[in-house]
Amino acid sequence: MDKKMKKFNILIVGTGGQGQITLLQILTEAALSEGYDIKTSELHGLSQRGGSVEVHLRFGKKIYSPLVSQRKADLIIGLEMQECLKASYYASSKTNFMINKYFVPIPLQKIIPEDIILKNLKKFTKNIEVVPATEICQKKLGTNVVAGVYLISLSAFKKLIPLNPRTILKSIKKIIPEKYLELNLRTFELAKKG
Amino acid sequence: MEELLLNKPEGKVILLGNEAIVRGALEAGVNFVSTYPGTPASEIGDLFFKIANKVGVYFEFSTNEKVALEAGIGASFSGLKTLVAMKSFGLNVALDALLPFLYTGTKGATVIIVADDPSCHSSAQSEENIRPISYLAHIPILEPSDPQECKDFTKLAFQISEKFKIPVMIRTTTRVAHQRMPVRLNPIRATRPGGVVGKFVKEPKRFITLPPRVLEMKKELLEKIEKIKQFSEKSPINLIGRGQTSAKSGKGIITAGVSYLYVMEALKELKISLPVLKLGFFYPLPEEKIKNFIKNFKKVLVIEELEPYLEKEVERLAKDVNCKLKVIGKDLIPEVGELKPEQVTSAIAKFTGLKIACPVGSRRLSFGENLKLKIPRRLPQLCPGCPYWLVISAIKKAVDLKKVIFGGEIGCYMLFGNSPINLQDYLSCMGSSVGIAHGIKKATGQKIITFVGDSSFFHAGIPALINTVFNKSNPLIIILENRTTAMTGHQPHPGAPVIPNGIKIEEIVRACGVKNLKAIDPINQKEFITTIKEFLNKKETSVIIAQRPCIWIKK
Repeated sequence: MDKKMKKFNILIVGTGGQGQITLLQILTEAALSEGYDIKTSELHGLSQRGGSVEVHLRFGKKIYSPLVSQRKADLIIGLEMQECLKASYYASSKTNFMINKYFVPIPLQKIIPEDIILKNLKKFTKNIEVVPATEICQKKLGTNVVAGVYLISLSAFKKLIPLNPRTILKSIKKIIPEKYLELNLRTFELAKKG
Repeated sequence: MEELLLNKPEGKVILLGNEAIVRGALEAGVNFVSTYPGTPASEIGDLFFKIANKVGVYFEFSTNEKVALEAGIGASFSGLKTLVAMKSFGLNVALDALLPFLYTGTKGATVIIVADDPSCHSSAQSEENIRPISYLAHIPILEPSDPQECKDFTKLAFQISEKFKIPVMIRTTTRVAHQRMPVRLNPIRATRPGGVVGKFVKEPKRFITLPPRVLEMKKELLEKIEKIKQFSEKSPINLIGRGQTSAKSGKGIITAGVSYLYVMEALKELKISLPVLKLGFFYPLPEEKIKNFIKNFKKVLVIEELEPYLEKEVERLAKDVNCKLKVIGKDLIPEVGELKPEQVTSAIAKFTGLKIACPVGSRRLSFGENLKLKIPRRLPQLCPGCPYWLVISAIKKAVDLKKVIFGGEIGCYMLFGNSPINLQDYLSCMGSSVGIAHGIKKATGQKIITFVGDSSFFHAGIPALINTVFNKSNPLIIILENRTTAMTGHQPHPGAPVIPNGIKIEEIVRACGVKNLKAIDPINQKEFITTIKEFLNKKETSVIIAQRPCIWIKK
């Protein structure tokens, strides 16, 4: 990857409890081992109780702000489809979306259907990829808790994240507790096959 | 977490702001740590809870922030290096103990961490900005911008405290406390296994704030602050960057905390160079440094989150050296909510007369306009399986919801205010639901059910319960005993039996003189419903303790 890359802005959005902070840690460690400066931002506490959760990760030569600016996201990883609509605040025509085909209903609200979501996101960018990560992981690995790890690994293999998949694998080994490591390594391999 | 304890000074590790504060305290050789959990400060206590034994530090979760500070004051009086951590509202609770501590000063160096939460991501009740506490208490306040500074400023705060015998406060905000970056480590100061034993030496002139001595103490305190101001003038944490302070462009920026990062980002993006004064000290301010910075400017932009305290200080100082200076701040920067980087970029562009493609708030690309789609808000929810659902269900069956007032409080159960639960008619600070219920009862005689969590009850609910009994009113108080401080991350409290023989809430309530008292597991819906109906009609105070542990704690 180009070491002169000035900066790369990633947003991971979803609902509380989808493991955003673990994904952030994996990517952060990978960016550090590739020699980048890094800033991240996350939320803890009340907002994690099933509310919307967005985490920000920026890396590059020299990074100041921990928050991605409006319209400045290079990649938005959506762990839940409806949350991507809110994240479009950060999107421009240059933004890539990597979206999990997965819905968490909002209490007392109708689910916004996929076609409406995509129609609206396309007003910002053409680069939208929808992957049934939750379904794939459930089917192939017997659990969907690793859908996020699948999506970031897949993003790396597809070169949507300018980090080497091997460094991501290394940081998965560092961040994930031993008890769950084997499952996560299998998830990484599954993403490799695409 | 192991990385937090690494003792290799070379290389960097990624730390969260709160982790960096813990590391800074360890590098400074801290001996004694106390806290009450509160987001965004909670991880400081959580980490010490895990590592205290290993690193030879005494650590406790205290019953509330005032008690935490008092424990810290005792440790400091006994010569120990002390750290006390809390969130913004905690400082309100601790304030009574804080002011005299400034008068006595410290013996063991003492640092107090207070975390504000602009935008109220994890806070109800108010969007607090604790900075003016420094005017009230005369306590030095440092404001770090990022995790590296969290570590460095914590160490510096210990040094200042050591040197001037005064407690020093570090003020973080959510975006600092919950920011990660690679941080350079220094060695951890070795502490004795099992901790350091302090010694309290009797020095009546030093620790007793009784008149007439108290006024001498105030004089001594103000003298200390004057000396610290000199220290602040020379301190490299108040730094001028980006170009000269000369008046070439006639403009400059003054900023502090996380706003500094947005300023630097904006200057890079706008490709302009402006002199920037970043203030690490909020109090006492390096007034001469500020005066020197502004004396030749035509305009200065002050970029700070929330209320414009810095802006007012700069306006005041400008009168001495540059009375024509235009001080701009809240004209361009919002006073409500945390700052976003694009707001700062937009403000700097306006300030320097640059045109940018899409300034914040431009209709063309504003968020809702572009989507033409209403996106429903996803509010936090009680977890599926939360024992509180059982309490909610029983209440909805037991009473006419329109005829009963419901009192709210701080804890997971403040979500009772959201749909579809809607069991909340007022919400204020911790411990207040009972106190306010008593007032409403006395004022109206209307039926009222009020909720208080177990950790909240220990924190500030007990005096309110005693008042209700003593002054004879009859709300129905439901104590939600889930055996943990759930919302902030499941920290233990005095009734939660991480330590065997936790204090029994039932015995406290009985000792407070409550006759109508029942402890019920709300899984027994029938008994719960009958008791609500029965107690709601009592002439004296009644209490139901809803006993069922949070689903996330190990039984």
